[in-house]
Amino acid sequence: MKTDIILAGVGGQGILSIAATIGMAALHNDLYLKQAEVHGMSQRGGAVQSNMRISDKPIASDLIPMGAADIILSVEPMESLRYLPFLAKGGWLVTNTTPFVNIPDYPEAEDVMAEIKKQKNFIAIDADKIASEIGSKRSSNIVMLGAATPFFNVSFESFEEGIRKIFARKGEDIVNVNLEALRAGREFAQKNK
Amino acid sequence: MQKLLLLGDEAIAQGALDGGISGIYAYPGTPSTEITEYVQASKFAKENNIHSDWSANEKTAMEAALGMSYAGKRAMVCMKHVGLNVAADAFVNSSITGTNGGLIVVSADDPSMHSSQNEQDSRFYGKFAMIPMLEPVDQQEAYEMAYHGFELSEKYKLPVLLRVTTRLAHSRAGVQTLEQKNQNDGSLPSDLRQFVLLPSIARKNYKSLLNIQDAIEKDSEESKFNKYIDGSDKSLGIIAPGIAYNYLMENFQDKELNHPVLKIGQYPIPRKQIMKMVEECDRILVIEEGYPIIEEMLKGYQEAGTPISGRLDGTLPRDGELNPNLVAKALEIETVLDGEIPELVKNRPPSMCVGCGHIDAYTALNEALKQYGDGRVFSDIGCYTLGALPPYNAINSCVDMGASITMAKGAADAGLVPSVAVIGDSTFTHSGITGLIDCVTENSPVTVIISDNFTTGMTGGQDSKALGKIEDICKGVGVHPDHIKVFRPTKKNMDEMIQIMKDELAYDGVSVIIPRRQCVQTMKNKKLAEQLKNLNLK
Repeated sequence: MKTDIILAGVGGQGILSIAATIGMAALHNDLYLKQAEVHGMSQRGGAVQSNMRISDKPIASDLIPMGAADIILSVEPMESLRYLPFLAKGGWLVTNTTPFVNIPDYPEAEDVMAEIKKQKNFIAIDADKIASEIGSKRSSNIVMLGAATPFFNVSFESFEEGIRKIFARKGEDIVNVNLEALRAGREFAQKNK
Repeated sequence: MQKLLLLGDEAIAQGALDGGISGIYAYPGTPSTEITEYVQASKFAKENNIHSDWSANEKTAMEAALGMSYAGKRAMVCMKHVGLNVAADAFVNSSITGTNGGLIVVSADDPSMHSSQNEQDSRFYGKFAMIPMLEPVDQQEAYEMAYHGFELSEKYKLPVLLRVTTRLAHSRAGVQTLEQKNQNDGSLPSDLRQFVLLPSIARKNYKSLLNIQDAIEKDSEESKFNKYIDGSDKSLGIIAPGIAYNYLMENFQDKELNHPVLKIGQYPIPRKQIMKMVEECDRILVIEEGYPIIEEMLKGYQEAGTPISGRLDGTLPRDGELNPNLVAKALEIETVLDGEIPELVKNRPPSMCVGCGHIDAYTALNEALKQYGDGRVFSDIGCYTLGALPPYNAINSCVDMGASITMAKGAADAGLVPSVAVIGDSTFTHSGITGLIDCVTENSPVTVIISDNFTTGMTGGQDSKALGKIEDICKGVGVHPDHIKVFRPTKKNMDEMIQIMKDELAYDGVSVIIPRRQCVQTMKNKKLAEQLKNLNLK
């Protein structure tokens, strides 16, 4: 079983922390993994993406072919639309609803949402709000990841294990709040899919 | 042996550590930076006294690595593709001197120019220098090529070029490590004049290099990094070096690939296997990441007249990075596409960070230059190159490391006065100082702005060799102290900054203006904070 994920956002929003957690979950399952990241100039406030592929068989390309991604996971709504040509038929678009406006011609937020809602399979989640509600604004990316977990061919327990490993250094409290964020995101997705 | 999850760059570094390096030399440059950073962060490297400090530029790095090789130890030098231009003098001559301890030169190419000024293909340099070259297909091979590359170098007493491209450099996968090798004991070259490139010796060395070409080609033919996978359908043969092989195989995950395929990982290209394919197949498709170097060579390589397809005949695009879809198209495999990018999605180019000191420096400069009109600012390579974009529209050139100062001088020589250079602190010590000497020698009417943020910002906040030294360097090369002006670029100081700039723009000679404020991305860097405190800088 293979899952191809495009992670999207704006440089500085921390999509690589999501990638790291997925990576840990994949390792926990002894799966193959390839993850292409963007470093350098584009990281300065530009559009960034990461191609992440996990599979029980060896993976050839580091890049996901167009029309093949199972999930687009975006921490910014307009950025979620930029990669639509990569989404497979029947794939899921999972996006945060909070716009990151750092360009003068950013479209109207309602128009962006209208485009997202045109998708057959989508989860639009206010991850920042949910993160605030559980008292950890900084966990919004983990909420996002949680919202995407139902669409992975990887067990939810593996993601929990990934969170434990990644945040272990920061202490039990941080681990727990991120586990809560992960579960809250998943719960939202399961209610709204 | 353990399995690690590594970026391609990190795999190279781990391969070098396990392969017995004594030192790594580099100047940061995307996509090569993480190789050296990995060694810098390695506990093993620290315990074993493996050198990993940054060099002032790629040329000094290349030369230091060659010096380490002279002394009998294994060395690696890393750079981005355009960095190899900076190091080219030393690099090309290192194939004439030959090596003593194993020497690997890593050049990371950037097709599609994600973070670069061009997409030149380093394999031309390998061919130019006539040395063995390695190009990994994946992270595991990147590791193994670094690991075994030192033996290859020591076998032929030649440097080995290891070429990667952005996609592999910055992609992560599992890597199985090999047994840790010890560092070499130091030893002098058996001939103490080997490295003395006086014409009489260089001519002799060059003949040896020519004589060894057949042997290194044979090495390629027998290399485990080159694989000929035969197929029954000889209507087409496919040559796929490096990562291009993965894009090919991506298209055959659920169906059989019946054509013969030659995967290339070691150069010079293996003549025996190439000739087999040329003779047996009706047509050859060359899929290569970068310039069509193999494709061009094949056209002059064989007399059979077998048609060759690739980037030159339009089967693949002439420029840009490859991907699975482009390769599918070249093989006439149809891709089913569903989604399109909605029109409302706008470009989001990179930009300078909120609170960046470069922004305030540009705001002041634009104001001070108003009376002279547009078109007189020569800039350089770094975050401040983003000053080219709206709303600043502040610069008129970005060519290569250090070119701001020298281009400003040339323009001033042509009568464009005042003419302005904008360069960062790290770029200044990389390649700006010599240009400043030219300006001082002729007292050229140029205003040099060294926008000092105490770091090499664009590549992620590495050390700056200029830290705490800029004024002394400028004075030392002969800039008059009255025309070296330092200030803190903030909105509050705007009037003062504009006035200083106006005064220096009006001065008929060399001025250096140093807007100085810490890069906002480095605020959590404890080592830098300590250094700044000791130097009394803020």
